Amino acid sequence: MTDESNRVSEEDVQHIADLARVTLEDDEIEEYISQMDDVLDRFETLDEVDVTAEDNDQLENIVRPDVIDESLSQEEALSNAEKTKDGYFEGPSTN
Amino acid sequence: MTDLNIYITEEKIDPEGTGALDGEQVAVKDNLCVEGVETTCGSKILRGYKPPYNATVVDRLLSEGATITGKTNMDEFAMGTTTETSHYGATKNPVDTERVPGGSSGGSAAAVASGDVNLALGSDTGGSVRCPASFCGVYGLKPTYGLVSRYGLIAYANSLEQVGPIADSVEGIAELLTVISGSDEKDHTTVETERTDYTQFCENPESYHVGIPGELIDNADEDVKDCFWSAMGELESEGFTYEKIEMPSVEKAVEAYYVIAMSEASSNLARFDGVRYGHRSDDGEDWNENFSATRGEAFGDEVKKRIMLGTYATSEGYKDDYYDKAQSVRRQIRSEFNEKFNQYDLIATPTMPVKPFKIGDSLDDPMKMYLADANTTPINLSNIPAMSVPTGKSDNLPVGMQLIAPSFSEPMLIKAGMVAQQTL
Repeated sequence: MTDESNRVSEEDVQHIADLARVTLEDDEIEEYISQMDDVLDRFETLDEVDVTAEDNDQLENIVRPDVIDESLSQEEALSNAEKTKDGYFEGPSTN
Repeated sequence: MTDLNIYITEEKIDPEGTGALDGEQVAVKDNLCVEGVETTCGSKILRGYKPPYNATVVDRLLSEGATITGKTNMDEFAMGTTTETSHYGATKNPVDTERVPGGSSGGSAAAVASGDVNLALGSDTGGSVRCPASFCGVYGLKPTYGLVSRYGLIAYANSLEQVGPIADSVEGIAELLTVISGSDEKDHTTVETERTDYTQFCENPESYHVGIPGELIDNADEDVKDCFWSAMGELESEGFTYEKIEMPSVEKAVEAYYVIAMSEASSNLARFDGVRYGHRSDDGEDWNENFSATRGEAFGDEVKKRIMLGTYATSEGYKDDYYDKAQSVRRQIRSEFNEKFNQYDLIATPTMPVKPFKIGDSLDDPMKMYLADANTTPINLSNIPAMSVPTGKSDNLPVGMQLIAPSFSEPMLIKAGMVAQQTL
């Protein structure tokens, strides 16, 4: 289980899983606590890099005119959905 | 012959035109959309998904006369260095069937190495073309960011990835690059350039002045180092010159890469909710519960882990510590490469610091697997091109050399690659 030295607790993992919309089993939560900790420890070492480079990217936005172009037909767009209704995607119920 | 599990879907797709690839057979990684052909990305969540359109690179292959042989196995959503995280089972390395072919484009490299095809397409987000090319003893190129369209490539980390060719010769790499490169109005990150015939550079092999970053050779296994230096020696006798150089920031490329890639992945993979395509759970009382159940059931372990870490690294209170820092390190690495290219034509490293793992050996320890990407990830962070060329074998296992060039200098990689091909 979790101890003081862990960067992430069981509650943290559960909270992140909720944010990420991923249901986790108990054994997955257990495994992720220690594995996420190892990885986050490594991520912390980014502090060691001496960053002197300036942000001088010469990037420009590329946009296209907002005109209607050919796109998928409704039938094609719906073709991979498990549930459709009256030509629409059917989502889960909202109660 | 042993079943190498190269393809997820083996299905012949006929050409739609004639041109530069007449008569060629090309294997295509399963994260590239092919109209009407199952495209799973190595995941259970996309089992049965048949895209209603072609990726731009697929369109270009077919219109230039190529026949596609099928969709090759890969790490789930391209997240892996071994092709073992595929929902459809591991691919075996044709050189040694107890070993992994590398990843994530393991099926494409194995298709070429086994002789099934001469040409294949992979995608490279942090080494996914170069690693399997190295592990399977073939050629693989990660093009400059913006040279090849990503339209129809199922996204893992958009700011890092490019579709890249894998082939049994430098000529094959040049042939494929000629067809797949060039601007695409459907991918606004592609750069407006004249279409280039890269095969012309195969006729002019050229030797170059090369820098070798100590940081990316000292980390390698002894036998990999031996192979690398002996290959450099052979290239020297063909007119190459080289010097050891220092690039301190690249030592943290793996960490910067994983923060950025996981952050982008956590956002990109939000689209897989079971409503428009893919697996859909029967569980859950409302939208959120149903989406969570769908994703919990159908994403594999490595994908969930990366989504979790990416969500954490971009969440309120932590973004400054991880994502923003990783972006600064990315900038630093890019600037170190640019600086070195003032003094050296090319930079060279071993492609992988290790030889192919035994199947099953690396999965338990994610950090061990991530560190194997030490030499390939700096390239994606810097948007520059790099090609893995075979240097020979150590204990009957292939070892690759990575040649790195400035942005849009693919012609230099091809000319240098030709010397390597004729010499090593």
